[in-house]
Amino acid sequence: MNYFYLVKRTAIAMISVVIVASAVFGVTTLLPGSAANIVLGTEATEETIQQVNEDLGLDRPLTVQYVDFVGGVFVGDFGESLISGQPVSEMIWNRLIRTLQLSTVAMVVSIITAIPLGIIAAAKRNTITDHLVTSGSYIGLSIPSFVSATLLLLLLTSPPLDLFPRGGYVPLKEGVIPWFHHLLLPAFAMNTVILAYVLRQTRSSMVDTLESDYIRTARLKGVAERSVLFKHGLRNGLLPTVTVLALNFGWMMGSVVIIEEIFAFPGMGEFIVRGIENRDLPVIQAGILVPTIAFILANFIADIVYTLLDPRISLGEK
Amino acid sequence: MATDTPSSTESERFEVPPLISSLLGNRRILVGLTILIPIVVVALLGETVAPYDPTAQHVADRYAGPGGQYLLGTDHLGRDLLSRVILGGRTSLLLGFGATGLALALGVPVGLTAGYAKGRLDEFLMRTMDIIMSVPTLLLGLLILVVLPSDIINVVFAIGVVYAPRIARVTRSATLSVSEEEYVMAAKARGESSSYILFREILPNVTGPIVVEGSVRVGYAIMIGTSLSFLGLGSGPPNPDWGFMIATARDHLFQTPWFLIWPSLALLLTVMSTNLIGDGLRDVLDPRETGDHQ
Repeated sequence: MNYFYLVKRTAIAMISVVIVASAVFGVTTLLPGSAANIVLGTEATEETIQQVNEDLGLDRPLTVQYVDFVGGVFVGDFGESLISGQPVSEMIWNRLIRTLQLSTVAMVVSIITAIPLGIIAAAKRNTITDHLVTSGSYIGLSIPSFVSATLLLLLLTSPPLDLFPRGGYVPLKEGVIPWFHHLLLPAFAMNTVILAYVLRQTRSSMVDTLESDYIRTARLKGVAERSVLFKHGLRNGLLPTVTVLALNFGWMMGSVVIIEEIFAFPGMGEFIVRGIENRDLPVIQAGILVPTIAFILANFIADIVYTLLDPRISLGEK
Repeated sequence: MATDTPSSTESERFEVPPLISSLLGNRRILVGLTILIPIVVVALLGETVAPYDPTAQHVADRYAGPGGQYLLGTDHLGRDLLSRVILGGRTSLLLGFGATGLALALGVPVGLTAGYAKGRLDEFLMRTMDIIMSVPTLLLGLLILVVLPSDIINVVFAIGVVYAPRIARVTRSATLSVSEEEYVMAAKARGESSSYILFREILPNVTGPIVVEGSVRVGYAIMIGTSLSFLGLGSGPPNPDWGFMIATARDHLFQTPWFLIWPSLALLLTVMSTNLIGDGLRDVLDPRETGDHQ
C-alpha cells in the first residue's frame, strides 16, 4: 500500500466534502434572497425577511457564517431545525440508520434476484427463458422507482394479494420478521432499475465467460454443468456486478427519497421531503449533505479497497 | 440524428457504412423509433388531437371509468385523462430532450478542452466534474429546485447541470484517444487555433460516444424530471405532467387504479423506447464500448 496514494486520496475526499459543503452553503445562503425564498416562499415581505435572516444568523459577516457552516459539517453540526428547534444532527441519526437498513436490504434483494436470473439467461441464451428475462429487465430499466413502487403498492397491499403492509417502519428489536416484512416491498421497489442493470451486467459477462477457453476445458473434462455455471461463472460475473453496485450508490440515495415518501418510511429521504415542504433550511442542507458525504466516503473506501486488492493502482498514477 | 446526415467525404473518413441504413438495420433502434415517433408526434400535435381541453373539469363526469365518452376515463376533477396524458407527454419529452441538449452544450466543450489540454487543466476540470457527480443526481436536482422557482425551464436547467459531468467524462475519454492522431497534429502544425482544432477536427471524430451517451441520458432525464414533479417540484398544476399525474393517482390508488395506469404506461414506453435507441446506437456507433471501464 502506497503511503502517498493514501494521503492523496484522503485529501481529495476531504476537499470534496469542503467543496460540496461550500456549494450548498453558497446556493442556499449567498444567492440573492435565496435563504429567505426557501424559508418564506415567494410571498416574503421586507420585515419577515429581516426576521428570518436574524434567526438563521444571516446578519453576521459572511466569512463567519461560512466558516461556521463548513466547520459544522465536519463535526456533524448542521444547526437547529426552524420548525422544531431540535438540533438537526439529533434528528438525523436514527433516520440515517433506518435508511441504511433499507438500502442494505435493497442491495441484497437485488443481488439475490439479479445474479441467478442473469446466470440463467446466459446459460439458456437465445431461448424463450432468455428473451423473457431480458425483456423483463428492459422494462425494469425503464421504470422510475416512483412508478414501480406505486404499482407494487397497488398490486400487493390490497386484496386479493394483501401480502405486505402499506408502509411504515418497525424497529429490529420488535422482531426480525415484522422488521423485514416492512422493509421488503420498499427495498424491492427501490431497486428495479439496479436489479435490471445488474441482471444485464451478469448476463453479458456470463456470456463472455461461458465462451472462454477454460470453461470449454472444464466442460470437456466432464465437470457437471451446474458446477461450471456457478463456480466458474459466478466468480467472473460477480466482480463487474460489485462495481456496478458501488457506482450506483448515489443513484440509490436519490431513489430512497422517492421510496421513503411513498411508503411513509421515516428515513433520510422522508426527512428531506418534509424539510422541503416545511421550508426548513437547516434540514434541507443536512438532508442533501449527509447522503452526499456518505457517497464520497463510500467511494473513498471503495478506492482504498481496490488498491489493497490490486497493487497496480497503488503507484499513485491515478 | 436522422436529419444530420454526414456528407459522403466525411463518412469516408469515418469509415462507416452509409449511416442511416445501418442505424435502421439495427432492430433495437427500429423498435425504439416505432414506439417513440408516434409518442413524439402525438405530443407535438397536442391540443389538435386531444379530445378535450386537458384542464377542463367535467364535474358531472368525475371518476369516469375507461371506455365510453372519455376513452381513458376522467380524474377526480373530471378532467379527461387521455388529453392529459397527451399533453403531459409534451412536458416529459421537453424535459428529456431539453435537459440532454443542455447537458451536451455544457459537457461537450468541457470534455473536449480537458481531453485536448491534458495536464493540470484536465485534472482541474475532471475533479470538478467528479465533485458535481458526487452529489446524488436527484438530490442535486432537489437542491437547485428548492432555490429556483419550479417551472419547466428550471427543471430542464437542473437536470442539464446534473448530467453535464457525465457527458464531459465521455467526451474527454474519446478526445484523449484521438488527440494524438495525425490529422490533429497536422492541424496543429498548420497553426490552426485551439477552438478550430477542438470543434472542427476533434469533435467530428468523437461524435459516436457522445451521441450514445446523450441518447442514454434522454431516458434518465425523463425519469429524474418526472420524479421531481412527482415530489411536487415540477412544472406544477394545472399543467398536465406525467409525474404529477402519478402523484395525484396515489390518493385514489385503490379506488380508481386507472389514474395510475395511463401515465405510468406512457412514461414506461417513452423511457423504454429511448433506452432501446440508446442501446442500438451503442451497437452501431461504438461497438467496442461495453459501458463499464473508461
